[in-house]
Amino acid sequence: MSTQQLPEHPDFLWRNPEPKSSYDAVIVGGGGHGLATAYFLAKNHGMTNIAVLEKGWLAGGNMARNTTIIRSNYLWDESAAIYEHALKLWEILPEELEYDFLFSQRGVMNLAHTLGDVRESMRRVGANQLNGVDAEWLDPKQVKELCPILNISDNIRYPVMGATYQPRAGIAKHDHVAWAFARKCDELGVDIIQNCEVTGFVKDGNRVVGVKTNKGTINTEKVGLAAAGHSSVLAEMAGFRLPIQSHPLQALVSELHEPVHPTVVMSNHVHVYVSQAHKGELVMGAGVDSYNGYGQRGSFHVIEHQMAAAVELFPIFARAHVLRTWGGIVDTTLDASPIVGNTPVENMFVNCGWGTGGFKATPAAGMTFAHNIATGTPHQLNKPFALERFETGALIDEHGAAAVAH
Amino acid sequence: MLLISCPNCGSRDETEFHYGGQAHVAYPENPNELNDREWAEFLFYRDNTKGAFAERWLHSTGCRQWFNMLRDTVTYDIQAVYPMGTPRPAAAPAAPESGTASLAADSTTTGTAAPSISGTSTSAPSISATGTTASTTAPEGATK
Ligand SMILES: Cc1cc2nc3c(=O)[nH]c(=O)nc-3n(C[C@H](O)[C@H](O)[C@H](O)COP(=O)(O)OP(=O)(O)OC[C@H]3O[C@@H](n4cnc5c(N)ncnc54)[C@H](O)[C@@H]3O)c2cc1C
Ligand SMILES: [Zn+2]
Repeated sequence: MSTQQLPEHPDFLWRNPEPKSSYDAVIVGGGGHGLATAYFLAKNHGMTNIAVLEKGWLAGGNMARNTTIIRSNYLWDESAAIYEHALKLWEILPEELEYDFLFSQRGVMNLAHTLGDVRESMRRVGANQLNGVDAEWLDPKQVKELCPILNISDNIRYPVMGATYQPRAGIAKHDHVAWAFARKCDELGVDIIQNCEVTGFVKDGNRVVGVKTNKGTINTEKVGLAAAGHSSVLAEMAGFRLPIQSHPLQALVSELHEPVHPTVVMSNHVHVYVSQAHKGELVMGAGVDSYNGYGQRGSFHVIEHQMAAAVELFPIFARAHVLRTWGGIVDTTLDASPIVGNTPVENMFVNCGWGTGGFKATPAAGMTFAHNIATGTPHQLNKPFALERFETGALIDEHGAAAVAH
Repeated sequence: MLLISCPNCGSRDETEFHYGGQAHVAYPENPNELNDREWAEFLFYRDNTKGAFAERWLHSTGCRQWFNMLRDTVTYDIQAVYPMGTPRPAAAPAAPESGTASLAADSTTTGTAAPSISGTSTSAPSISATGTTASTTAPEGATK
């Protein structure tokens, strides 16, 4: 691996139109999911008289704050299906969107540190293989071969007892992904409207017929919510509840280093994960801050904790420095799975609850959500992720696969 | 790091506490009479307020007692600490949404957060003076 040259900073890739008085559909939230949804609405369903409304700047929310890990090694069939579909889309999207966003399939390793971890990991590898997801179990020696800077000795608090490994997993440049979708949306005629905050909805009985914004009221036949951490706030405006709690989730980067870390390493047990960005920064994250928060910042002890774990696992990181930390607002559910589908309000649809790990799902979330919005009924892949599962009890518990996040 | 005033022990670092989520959620009086929707509401649905939020905290490495707290989920300003079983105090006037820059990350969560609880008083809800929120006006930043 060598440090790669990033593409030149692009010129303007989309127009900045004023909103029209009405659209066939309006997507609330101009993050990765909102943009991907608009793209697939236009491309797969011919819906081009649509708008994406973003209260800040395009992809300035979690899309710009995530640590870009892409993988599909989730435990349950429903999750493996949608995340693996996403991974397959990632593999073809650079060509389709005509934009090289540096999708790098350098593999992702999930470490096991206890007997419980080992059993859970092996079970997951087996489940993955049955679902056609590339997954293997590595013993500590193989872990070391793949990632020589990892400390696999016995004299640490939680020695590495092995790892699951997904070779096709990896990372991508998140901001370029957003720009790639935005440019294509714009080419297809989609209006991307920044600095446009949705402040309420217009309803005719139980049917949504418009959105109120700081730029005036916009009539629309359909509304798709893709507001991540703010989903509950929007649902409340529309008159329904979501089983979501918004938490701060932090990450950080070091200064630039020579390439030392060839893959992505995650550890649920000691709460840290690390990759090395194309330019050379070490990118690290941990779990969410425990409290509810909309502040896009968290508490410093979470970072201290993750750094302690990182230095024990990667002794050479002791000489690196934290250059920058930041936080996003993640929309967590109790079963660590997303909610994509219809809502109690007619013609209003919701895509949320991706929590700490929705970047990897961006293309599949967009594809299925677009299908759901265009046809009014869920796509095969998002059907199990309906809001009703909290009533039927058909939860999709992915805490094992999603625990530290991502 | 939040600085939290335990009603029994006084101001301590957040790391001594455990978060317990939304306060004032009562166990259903007649669980057998709930339909699936109502049961789902009790099990899975909690408020996710942007603004003043009543929540439970446990001083797990101190007195090991639960208590309630009113905290702004945008500024993280702690507006009141009060005993379990007592009603939620009125919210302090909503603080303006401050800049969410992480440049000033912890400044609003340490210095200004603690309500003034005097000594060992455990009974009366104490509401901090209003307007103590340090509003950082820096633009949103620090994206990666
Ligand atoms: C620190 C961190 C690390 C992460 N790491 C990973 C990772 O490695 N891998 C992974 O798969 N996932 C990761 N995630 C999760 C991932 O970032 C999210 O699941 C995903 O980005 C959510 O979808 P989105 O891109 O559409 O969200 P966002 O980019 O947050 O988009 C939502 C948008 O809605 C807008 N909005 C909100 N309210 C309104 C309103 N009223 N009107 C108009 N617009 C509104 C917001 O401004 C925002 O731009 C991470 C998240 C964080 C915070
Ligand atoms: Zn105490």
